[in-house]
Amino acid sequence: MPTIVVEVMPKAELLDPQGKAVAGALGRLGQTQSALAKVTGVRVGKRFEIAIDGEADAATLTAVRELADTVLSNSVIEDVVGIHVQSAPSSAVV
Amino acid sequence: MRIGVVTFPGSLDDRDAARAIRLAGADAVALWHGDHDLHGVDALVLPGGFSYGDYLRAGAIASLSPIMTEVIAAANQGMPVLGICNGFQMLTEAHLLDGGLIRNETGRFICRDQGLRIENNASDWTSGFAANAEIVIPLKNGEGSFMASAETLKALEGEGRIVARYIGGNPNGSLNDIAGVTNARGNVVGLMPHPEHAVEAGFGPDTDDAMASGIDGLTFFTSVITQALIAH
Repeated sequence: MPTIVVEVMPKAELLDPQGKAVAGALGRLGQTQSALAKVTGVRVGKRFEIAIDGEADAATLTAVRELADTVLSNSVIEDVVGIHVQSAPSSAVV
Repeated sequence: MRIGVVTFPGSLDDRDAARAIRLAGADAVALWHGDHDLHGVDALVLPGGFSYGDYLRAGAIASLSPIMTEVIAAANQGMPVLGICNGFQMLTEAHLLDGGLIRNETGRFICRDQGLRIENNASDWTSGFAANAEIVIPLKNGEGSFMASAETLKALEGEGRIVARYIGGNPNGSLNDIAGVTNARGNVVGLMPHPEHAVEAGFGPDTDDAMASGIDGLTFFTSVITQALIAH
């Protein structure tokens, strides 16, 4: 089943308290795991996977783009950073 | 005067808002998010809470509720609308107010009695306050940090549309210490702190006079009633 993926991130210029909290925890891990010492920041966003019936044609993508800009994100505080089509819902990385 | 309070799935403070309306001297009318009917009310309150569990963004899903079609139309025709906390978030999501609310700077949920300065006493909901009145009402939210583009912020400041500003410390990282804003017409007001929790002695914030005696929130509700009386 085609799946349209929409990715939304908090605006780069705004503080992302969620990302900051995660980065803080990674910083603490970095004290014992040297590979993590390189991590300088984390930002947390959202990924929507929209399952559709039939082909992800231009009209559908236009409609999803509109949905991404008006409902899935709020342009005051967030940016849509990616829209792409994949053949199936995501599964775990092997 | 009849003031409607809309209940959404996850609203928490709808009963408190209705009680505040009654204590202020108006009739409270319970409205339901799924209806397309404002039951002929003269003003509206969108109450606090966690509609739809803050899924997607706080207030975002509620702002798409059936009743919001009527709320937006009424607001655009001049009906007084007060959004408190989650209601404020809904009003920004519905584009009735400028700006947006993000997670508190500290990452913590904040619950405390909060000092505010009422900087616009011309709106439908603040006309009963003296100029630059300083008040204390409860604040309780996790996503109360007001954000807007530099351009929007300039317009809000320049047009006197900052209704309330935090005093005694900015609790959540809001730009320019903004606690509440209004639209150009002054009928739609959004406020992060909760006036409906400071309307009855014994249940409000502590004051210098007595514990829990603060009723500074009542003036928001009496303001809109007085405005309606003047208008008729």
